[in-house]
Amino acid sequence: MKIILRIRRYNPEAGVEPFYRDYEVEVEPSQRVLDAILFVKQRLDPTLAVRKSCAHGVCGSDAMRINGVERLACKTLVKDVARSDGDAVVLEPLRSMPVERDLMVSQEAFFAKYRSVSPFLIPAGAVSEKERPQSPRQRARFDEPTKCILCSACYSACPVLADKNPSFTGPAALVQAARFVFDSRDKGISERLDVLDAANGAWACENHFDCTRVCPRGIKVTKAINETKRAITAFKGGGHQAV
Amino acid sequence: MTHPAIASSNVAVHEVDSVVVGAGGAGLYAALECSRGGTTAVVSKLHPLRSHTGAAQGGIGAALGNVEEDKPEWHAFDTVKGGDYLVDQNAAFVLAEEAVNAVYELENWGLPFNRTPDGKIDQRRFGGHTRNFGEAPVRRSCYAADRTGHMILQTLYQQCIKNGVVFYNEFHLVDVLLENGECSGVVALELSTGALHVIRAGAVLIATGGFGRMFGTTSNAHANTGDGPAVLARRGVPLEDMEFFQFHPTGIAGMGILITEAVRGEGGVLRNRKGERFMDRYAPKLLDLAPRDMIARAIVSEIRAGNGILGTGAPDDYVYLDATHLGKAVVEAKVPDIADFCRTYLNIDPASAPIPVQPTAHYAMGGIPTDLHGRVVKDGSGAVYEGLYAVGECACVSVHGANRLGTNSLVDLVVFGRRAGRHIADFVKHTDLPRLPSGAADPARARLAALYAGSGKESAADLRDRMRGLMMDKVGIYRTGEAMSEAVGELGELRRRFRDVRASDASSRYNTEPLEALELANLLDLSLVTAVCALNRAESRGGHSREDFPERNDKLFLHHTLARLEGHAVKLGTRPVDVSRFAPKARTY
Repeated sequence: MKIILRIRRYNPEAGVEPFYRDYEVEVEPSQRVLDAILFVKQRLDPTLAVRKSCAHGVCGSDAMRINGVERLACKTLVKDVARSDGDAVVLEPLRSMPVERDLMVSQEAFFAKYRSVSPFLIPAGAVSEKERPQSPRQRARFDEPTKCILCSACYSACPVLADKNPSFTGPAALVQAARFVFDSRDKGISERLDVLDAANGAWACENHFDCTRVCPRGIKVTKAINETKRAITAFKGGGHQAV
Repeated sequence: MTHPAIASSNVAVHEVDSVVVGAGGAGLYAALECSRGGTTAVVSKLHPLRSHTGAAQGGIGAALGNVEEDKPEWHAFDTVKGGDYLVDQNAAFVLAEEAVNAVYELENWGLPFNRTPDGKIDQRRFGGHTRNFGEAPVRRSCYAADRTGHMILQTLYQQCIKNGVVFYNEFHLVDVLLENGECSGVVALELSTGALHVIRAGAVLIATGGFGRMFGTTSNAHANTGDGPAVLARRGVPLEDMEFFQFHPTGIAGMGILITEAVRGEGGVLRNRKGERFMDRYAPKLLDLAPRDMIARAIVSEIRAGNGILGTGAPDDYVYLDATHLGKAVVEAKVPDIADFCRTYLNIDPASAPIPVQPTAHYAMGGIPTDLHGRVVKDGSGAVYEGLYAVGECACVSVHGANRLGTNSLVDLVVFGRRAGRHIADFVKHTDLPRLPSGAADPARARLAALYAGSGKESAADLRDRMRGLMMDKVGIYRTGEAMSEAVGELGELRRRFRDVRASDASSRYNTEPLEALELANLLDLSLVTAVCALNRAESRGGHSREDFPERNDKLFLHHTLARLEGHAVKLGTRPVDVSRFAPKARTY
């Protein structure tokens, strides 16, 4: 089928305001949107800037807004976003992140927030045996957040970040925090309290659920944040950390 | 307008004790170790978390013996036999023995392995891994659902953050400064500015991963273009065993997306259009858990015999990977990402419908020759370059020989990434920073300038498509001398035609056009070397199957190939293979 890729172009170096450009592409409905983008890049317009790598939804490079919704271009099929010949598919860079060029955004602030939650194991104790024992149930407790590929789809979809509070730590970093907070091998909340229990931390989340809706890994992001809020309350209440 | 890398001869020079190029599992593990010995910079064309290690699914093999008896010696034997006796056997023992400790180290750093009921790391079956030298399948693969590579990448990156490792993200390798056998650093292009940077270092480690993008159907990421081995080959470093490229038997038909062997490890079976479990005719003992080369050939044989699902016998036919008898609970618990891929790309649920699969180009067994510390080897004598290292898929140590076993890629990354990193940490303490050659960035600048000076008669996209088609059709699973001779001729032609490719976008910021052209040039160089090596090896061994020479020939070919790229020619030599532990035997399963 024939579709129109309507791509938001912007290169600050060129000194022109952002604009939309249409590219007509012949595609199979079962092809990935990324395939169509790369056809444009390789055959029609080499100046188009886009990140890509794995092409099957696991590396997180090609998150963008497709028809206004955050998705991975390699995990979105043409038929998911275009019905019939001549349909336009609008491609825009993620929100809440400065555009570097076309579909590429700056990830600096995003990854600075990621680093702020100490996204590494803070061991609860020394290793006494070869592996730290963990029951299947304890392991299952933090399975969801381990799926996160830091693609920033949630970050772009978050209305708090976009409209109210650009300093909000953001859903992705909070998911990464939850990955350790609920790991039985980690010290959990105590070492991360300053960041999580702050105005820009977990409490800034207003339960809009947009993060959960767009997560290409199917992570219940909002739920993870709410569980983190409860863990903070329990910790501060002097009780044991909720796990 | 002129591209900044060409316009300016002012080049930023950075000085570090060691520089690691590539931030997948091998590079990150090495960087952690290097940084204990001195200042370390990691140069990567992707953000580290986008590296292709993250796409590895099924597991990491280590003889922990957590669920049944296992021994590193058995793992080493399986590795040697799986590699059709082209594995260096002492290296295989290092791999198997150090895997155990490396897995515990990863766990101690927080890697969320699946667990046994008593809280240990859980293990499952994988192709070619057996108990007691081939008796029966053994549970050796330590796993985290079907995203083990993702977890390894995340865990290693987390540790790098914790330890303050310095990253140069989205810096693209253009040159390695290697003159008169001495390595003094690398030259890289910064994506955000278009500027060249020279990184002067006491030790350079190349960990740029695989190069499966040379093939039309591949499980590999767009980034897997063999930048490290290609740059070194142009600098006169030999490449080892390039004729051995693994086709994974189960890629999603028509797309090449990997469907992990763990589906079969958990009990999935391959079936042809008659519903037959055809592997019982090809590998009666290990069946669907035979090594990958054998299963890939079996699938092609079934398709050629008209037993593919379409029954056309054409290369686009496929077979079924049937996991329906496992039930939804097992599928969702043990291979959830596979279920997700099937829903996304095929609109099926693997718990209720079989998965259409065909082989997909997956893994380079060959690469930059190294010793057990990752030091790059110069020639057949085993002499090494001072200060130059390589690890991971881009390297050839050689623990995979003619065919890699499933899970051993991740083992290779952590075991040899760690070894090389430790060696570097020690090495840089006892060495001064080497002197940079004068005009260090000049060759890199000239390479870019040539891209902008091309006539524009040729399109990179055409050459890329042709290369990938050629490699798939003529240097693929089954090979003949005739087809490969044609491929060698045409690949030479494509390399010449590349000089007429022109980069047209000279802007500075985030300009990927010249970088993609450089990647294509790298793939063209490696394709030529691969085809020449494959044509030369007149026998069948592991992943290299010659229809005109169907038998293994130990008398003539029990040695590694060393290939040197010299202009348009590829010069071949050999390197002895270490067979000190297990005498080569017929390889049956």
